[in-house]
Amino acid sequence: MLKNITIGQYFPGETVIHKLDPRAKLIITFIFIISLFLIQNFHSYIFVLLFLVSALKFSKVPIKYILKGLKPIMFIIIITFVINIFMTKGEILFPIGPLEVTKEGLAHASFMALRLIFLIIGSSLLTLTTSPIALTDGIERLLNPFKRIGIPAHELAMMMTIALRFIPTLLEETDKIMKAQMARGADFESGNVLNRAKSLVPLLVPLFVSAFRRADELAMAMEARCYRGGENRTRMKQLKLEQRDVFVFVITIILLGIIIYFRYW
Amino acid sequence: MTIKIENLTYIYSPDSPFEVKALDNINLSIEDGEFIGLIGHTGSGKSTLIQHLNGLLKSTSGRIFIDDVDITKKEVKLKDIRQKVGLVFQYPEHQLFEETVLKDVSFGPKNLGLSDDETFQRAKEAVELVGIDFELIKDRSPFELSGGQRRRVAIAGVLAMKPKILILDEPTAGLDPKGRDDILGQIQNLYNSNDMTIILVSHSMEDIARLVNRIVVMHKGTIAMQDTPREVFKRAEDLEKIGLAIPQITYFMKELKSRVQNIRDDVLTVDEAKEEIIKFLRRHKNA
Repeated sequence: MLKNITIGQYFPGETVIHKLDPRAKLIITFIFIISLFLIQNFHSYIFVLLFLVSALKFSKVPIKYILKGLKPIMFIIIITFVINIFMTKGEILFPIGPLEVTKEGLAHASFMALRLIFLIIGSSLLTLTTSPIALTDGIERLLNPFKRIGIPAHELAMMMTIALRFIPTLLEETDKIMKAQMARGADFESGNVLNRAKSLVPLLVPLFVSAFRRADELAMAMEARCYRGGENRTRMKQLKLEQRDVFVFVITIILLGIIIYFRYW
Repeated sequence: MTIKIENLTYIYSPDSPFEVKALDNINLSIEDGEFIGLIGHTGSGKSTLIQHLNGLLKSTSGRIFIDDVDITKKEVKLKDIRQKVGLVFQYPEHQLFEETVLKDVSFGPKNLGLSDDETFQRAKEAVELVGIDFELIKDRSPFELSGGQRRRVAIAGVLAMKPKILILDEPTAGLDPKGRDDILGQIQNLYNSNDMTIILVSHSMEDIARLVNRIVVMHKGTIAMQDTPREVFKRAEDLEKIGLAIPQITYFMKELKSRVQNIRDDVLTVDEAKEEIIKFLRRHKNA
């Protein structure tokens, strides 16, 4: 199950989408999400689909990868779909028990489901094509203007970098400890909820112990290399906006324009 | 307990850009009562191989027989296999979790569904097998022990399941010389007195040379050589090519031989070397 989480998983590549400036990608994704929530009719989705498909095509991320990322949230999508079908009033198509399926409900449900699916695909495309380091770099730079009102941009970015950096390490560690306990006959898979929760103790205690040990070691190692956050830090990779960033940005703005047009006129 | 591995292949994350072939068509059989040394440089597939032997990893293709039972079949009860094949991971002390040593060592036997009496008895035996005073330590927290003691307690946790085959993945990594010698001594004792089959993974050619009766050399997911230590360590150049080495003392004897000729150089331990040098000196006096 741990292997199915695509959100936050980088898919290495050398495509235009990969090379876009992380700041541009972050803002573009943000605008994309806003446009999704502005949409009120089905035909606007055609443009969104066009935008997504071309982005996917250029990024060369296999479709299979994207679909795998959708799997864990399929449950939420289905629930939204079902609730929307029954909760919308309108022209009745057919009843199921005490509940009624309406024409409007069906339309609204598929509308919401599509919105969710596009939302997930769009945002996972961001993390699939941007390395975690580039991503936090971008976030730090975007947050920079807010430093004046006391937002510790660098520290936040550093925390995120470290957290992201340690996700695979902790997953690996979990796997190792799990196997070690399974070698001693532990069973993580069967039994009722209570038993399963109990069976996690032999996994969680060592995991916490090692997480604290790692945190301690990392702090020491950073200290030993004279790490001081924030002011006057230079960076190896300077972010620079290029023509392609502007180009993609303009396309996104056009998408937003079209969607606003269809919403109000 | 015999182990027979037929055409075993294992691929990590198949069909993704991270696909790695960790084991490539491995064939190996291990007889009852053998002491096997498994060597190979980092990433050669040693750890992947041993995790197959108690069903922690499922082979991509190929079969594994433990005492003529095919453990790659679905209907095999994994608990039975894990009872028969004890696996001590690298840094096993990282798996300790209970409040007391007794409780932690009892974890394995309890999972096997043994009675409280039997569990206690086995825990006591296992702790004593690794050379620790049971009464002194049983109610202490495993986290307040020294590194070497913690590791021994963790090994006891596996021994308490009374495995017939014991696999140890670098049991001495990161220990001080005394801790290392203690643990190796106890492994030797286990082998001599409990008729176990033991597989030892190690990067220390000295330890391997001293303890095992057959060496299996792995390279890039395949078995590169397998023979007695004396035969394997004769091939110093082949071993160096795949990032391994021969024991220091064997290097020394080789160098000595190149200078004085008539002395044996297929020597594996310091004691053997001592004998050989004394013999050589005696011969010279007489001559």
